[in-house]
Amino acid sequence: MTASVKAAVSATEVGNAARLPGVWRLGLARGGVEVKQFFRDKMAVAFIFGLPPILLVLLGSIFGSQAAAQHVTVGQLYTAGMIAGGIMATSFQYLAISIATEREDGMLKRLRGTPMPGAAYFAGKVVQVIMCTAAETVLLIAVGMAFYHLHLPSSPGRWWTFAWVFVLGTAACSLLGIAASSLPRSAASAAPVISLPFTVLQFISGIYVPFNDVPGWMRDVASFFPLKWMAQGMRSVFLPQQAAALEPARAWEHGRIALVLVIWIAAGLVLCLRTFRWQSRS
Amino acid sequence: MDNGAAVAVRDLRRSYRDVVAVDGIHLDIASGEVFALLGPNGAGKTTTVEILEGFRRRDGGTVAVLGHDPARASRAWRARIGIVLQLASKGPELTVLEMVRHFAQFYPRPRAPEEAIDLVGLTAKARSRVGKLSGGQVRRLDVALGIVGQPELLFLDEPTTGFDPEARRQFWELIRRLRGDGTTILLTTHYLDEAEALADRIAVIAAGRIVASGEPGSLGGRATAAARVSWQARDAGPTTVQTATPTRLVAELAREFGGEIPGLTVTRPTLEDIYLELIAEVGHDGER
Repeated sequence: MTASVKAAVSATEVGNAARLPGVWRLGLARGGVEVKQFFRDKMAVAFIFGLPPILLVLLGSIFGSQAAAQHVTVGQLYTAGMIAGGIMATSFQYLAISIATEREDGMLKRLRGTPMPGAAYFAGKVVQVIMCTAAETVLLIAVGMAFYHLHLPSSPGRWWTFAWVFVLGTAACSLLGIAASSLPRSAASAAPVISLPFTVLQFISGIYVPFNDVPGWMRDVASFFPLKWMAQGMRSVFLPQQAAALEPARAWEHGRIALVLVIWIAAGLVLCLRTFRWQSRS
Repeated sequence: MDNGAAVAVRDLRRSYRDVVAVDGIHLDIASGEVFALLGPNGAGKTTTVEILEGFRRRDGGTVAVLGHDPARASRAWRARIGIVLQLASKGPELTVLEMVRHFAQFYPRPRAPEEAIDLVGLTAKARSRVGKLSGGQVRRLDVALGIVGQPELLFLDEPTTGFDPEARRQFWELIRRLRGDGTTILLTTHYLDEAEALADRIAVIAAGRIVASGEPGSLGGRATAAARVSWQARDAGPTTVQTATPTRLVAELAREFGGEIPGLTVTRPTLEDIYLELIAEVGHDGER
């Protein structure tokens, strides 16, 4: 090849590469399709998006008027915990089930066979999770305010706590969800394989029952996972300061919450990088 | 490097643990050609195609697809190929048009989504949810997704499985049309009539090797193979003779009968006969 031909060839290749659509644009396009699919999927809307508010209304109506302590109702405890549970449902549970389904029914492989960059796929999931998790959180806060004497954070400090618990919790649960998507071996088994342990985790993390009513050894197990700490963080945002005395450590432990969530983000990232596959094993 | 070849494969090898799936395959597909890869299940067909598509790694050999090594697939390379996967999918919660439009966004120079849908004959279903389509319609959508990027090279893995005869004929027309536009096509199929109708060249793969390749009419010595002449003999009833000189035999019979020969047929081996013979030979080798 002469130098001029080489230059012409590389110019063409650069020209082609330049015309490939950008990663950000494709990430947004993926996000739009993800959101559209989620809200058209009645199963996803009912069991992932709808279940936390429904459970909050049920549990809150049955137990909500009881006083957990001075200044705190059980309804407030449930709402704060369910906000954490809702974050994990729309991030961990949704991602694990949807990615497992897409892997097993071949959608991931099909996308991999196109010029779509892998990053655009994950950007789409991020858009979907942020929109869905934010909507879920707003809905749960609205239900709590309407029925269970929940109050919006009363100081900038509490809003700041809310923001970092929300962001770190969503990130940790999302990464765990992507990693957990490798566990189901078929599209049909994805929902039960993911939802069963998630339900157990919500019980032992004090989402469906006040954390103080959970047996000690279960609380110890729950302390290894992010959900217990997210719920604790949300209680520190929405409950009166005196309620800190109800916590196992008699304090909100913000430093420890942040530490646990950051460790889970790091572990989740490593797990994702090591285990993510675009194709089913079969 | 590519000499106008769309696909150039030399001594391709791939094993899974102790099982040798691909055992030294050579393959050349010219630009603009429709090439059919035939072979029984487990012959190494899928492994070979998936290596060419950049989905699987190889143990040895060299592979160039459109001049690039698929093991290092770039986005620019992916934009030049199209893959029609045969997948069981309950279908996402999107309409046909939304899905094709979405996939078109990935490519630098896509076809109009409506055009891709029209080419596969799904225009009437463009606004139906993918989950509501019949099996054959989903397969046509698969094809639309494979061609929406205007690929130079199209991989078709058993594209007409589950099609009714009319849909198959329509699909064949589509393939001829794409070929007419200069698209190179690598087709795998179980249907020998399909390979014969569409392919410029055929390769038969068995036990991880190419056991024969050539044009459909001459594959495996088909053009020069003995013809089979059958007729109703006066005394013996149905009679069949294999002969290298069928014309002479028919002329003799015509003299003998003094005109029409009852029940006369003259056949060369069909592609299916040749194929089954090739596969059987490999099977015996394997047993020995």
